[in-house]
Amino acid sequence: MEYQAKELFARHAVPVTLGRVIEDAADAAEAAETLGGRVVVKAQVKAGGRGKAGGVKLAADPAEATERARDILGMDIKGHTVRRVLLAPAADIAEEYYFSFLIDRANRDYLCIASTEGGVEIEEVAHTNPDAIAKISIDPAVGVDDAKAAEIVAAAGFPPEAAEVVKSLWTVFIAEDASLVEVNPLVKLGDGRLEALDGKVTLDENAAYRHPDHAAFEDKAAADPLEAAAQAKGLNYVKLDGEVGIIGNGAGLVMSTLDVVAYAGEAHGGVKPANFLDIGGGASAEVMANGLGIILGDAQVKSVFVNVFGGITACDAVSNGIVQALELLGDQANKPLVVRLDGNNVVEGRKILAQANHPLVTVVDTMDGAADRAAELAAQA
Amino acid sequence: MAIFLTENSKVIVQGMTGAEGQKHTSRMLAAGTNIVGGVTPGKGGQSVDFAKRSIPVHGSCAEAVKATGADVSVVFVPPRFVKGAVIEAIDAGLGLVVVITEGVPVHDTAAFFAHAEAAGTRIIGPNSPGLISPGRANAGIIPADIAGPGRIGLVSKSGTLTYQMMYELREYGFTTAIGIGGDPIIGTTHIDALRAFQDDPDTEAIVMIGEIGGDAEERAAAFIAEYVTKPVVGYVAGFTAPEGKTMGHAGAIVSGSSGTAAAKQEALEAVGVKVGKTPSETAQLMRAALEQILDPV
Repeated sequence: MEYQAKELFARHAVPVTLGRVIEDAADAAEAAETLGGRVVVKAQVKAGGRGKAGGVKLAADPAEATERARDILGMDIKGHTVRRVLLAPAADIAEEYYFSFLIDRANRDYLCIASTEGGVEIEEVAHTNPDAIAKISIDPAVGVDDAKAAEIVAAAGFPPEAAEVVKSLWTVFIAEDASLVEVNPLVKLGDGRLEALDGKVTLDENAAYRHPDHAAFEDKAAADPLEAAAQAKGLNYVKLDGEVGIIGNGAGLVMSTLDVVAYAGEAHGGVKPANFLDIGGGASAEVMANGLGIILGDAQVKSVFVNVFGGITACDAVSNGIVQALELLGDQANKPLVVRLDGNNVVEGRKILAQANHPLVTVVDTMDGAADRAAELAAQA
Repeated sequence: MAIFLTENSKVIVQGMTGAEGQKHTSRMLAAGTNIVGGVTPGKGGQSVDFAKRSIPVHGSCAEAVKATGADVSVVFVPPRFVKGAVIEAIDAGLGLVVVITEGVPVHDTAAFFAHAEAAGTRIIGPNSPGLISPGRANAGIIPADIAGPGRIGLVSKSGTLTYQMMYELREYGFTTAIGIGGDPIIGTTHIDALRAFQDDPDTEAIVMIGEIGGDAEERAAAFIAEYVTKPVVGYVAGFTAPEGKTMGHAGAIVSGSSGTAAAKQEALEAVGVKVGKTPSETAQLMRAALEQILDPV
């Protein structure tokens, strides 16, 4: 969120005005007073286009700030409920620029995108005035030194003094392990100073071990409760809006399973996958029970499809995991389960499920067939 | 022939003394891989006993290369040590470094990839299951018993989809199957593998598996149009993935309207690549392509 990005900017000497973050409109007047009275009230959500959605408003005085904060708090912007607003002194803007550092997946290095057409969405500028956008490739072995900063500033058409801001933003990108640092707009104020007026930083989750402080940036209140519960159990789960619960091993296979279920669902009243859940290589009884527990906690779920390819994991271990998980869950397990196993030790795996003969479990040999059966069961429920 | 990895490859394992390293070294040996040593800093001079052989441990890649003439390294070290381990392997002159470890910070990968490019070292991964040239060698964690040697080349971002597709097409076998990994920055791309499969006389047809995120599949499609004459069949996972959510792999994310499965499918089909709706339909398309090579109408 913007105020968090600004905290990171401030840490690395990027010129920024932090303002005040409030969650209760009753605090707005006092906050506006300390900021000089005339403020901008800005919704703090992890979504772009806040201005267009009515989430950014100017207030001439503290009384108006209270009203605007009241309007904006609780708003829904692209599916995100506004729980906080940032109050910032109204800036005297002379010019607005766009600036970002990001990962260039194609060239496997870094890219700087900069433009003197700031304040609007950069995709829009790319569309209407592509010549106004400078793209500068950055060699990870060298980074942004004085020469590179000067090159960026010249290519973008920024005033020369912007080079210092560029170097500070580069420090944010590297030191905080960010995969994106975006400032839009970077503004030149009436008195000539530069300031990052709004920003966005995406942090690399893989680098979290280097940054224990980053955990505080997570917005726990906004997270889906099932996703939060799954995360607490160390499960890789994404909630979707469907009826067929999905458990699989390996990110690619699980994504594929969602697609296959969605196709199969077309023939069964349009039922859809309810979630992404990758239980990884282990697939122990405990992991299986945790996964099933989360999925069955989703009231929308009508059937569950367990799709495992035994690569390193043996299918018999997966079957034992399923049987034990159902025992662990007891009455909580109350939805039909379609299981498809293939690969390592599949014969033994299927035998274990056949012997257990659990009333909720159906074994289907192929992925497509199992998806169809799971969709059918969800549609019938 | 096979690509990148053959029976002549001399393989070392970085992190061989750890639990994962040991388990998979044992599997790689069973698959016939010529593993000549392990590397664990501070454990040089020790050795690890496997079913049929004892494998010496070296304190550094440079020592291992000097003692064994190794040219391939498989990296199993924990994420925080990957950057150092890969740079050490590059500096020791290893030509191929296969990074299995998942969870490597992307700035670390960017740094060691830049170093590898300057040195001319090929990196596979990170977050990769590695590659297997069935019947010849296995560098990574792809189970060797799914499919034997044969006529198909396979390149995939996903490990389990690699296994699934190898299983579906096991009657034809593979020259090489390579998992390039699902991270935002990876050392070897679809394009690198497509080029090598096109140039490999024994590979008759190619399966390419992609997933949401980035535009690697779109770029691969452009490359196929200009370079690849062998039949290519494709599969893309993630049509139902919502915007802005990371689907397991760090790189598997649809951002705004970019990185969608539909765009990738469209780009591939536009250059004549048949794209299956499901893994089994993809396998069916590949069977048809191979039958046509055998028995052209």
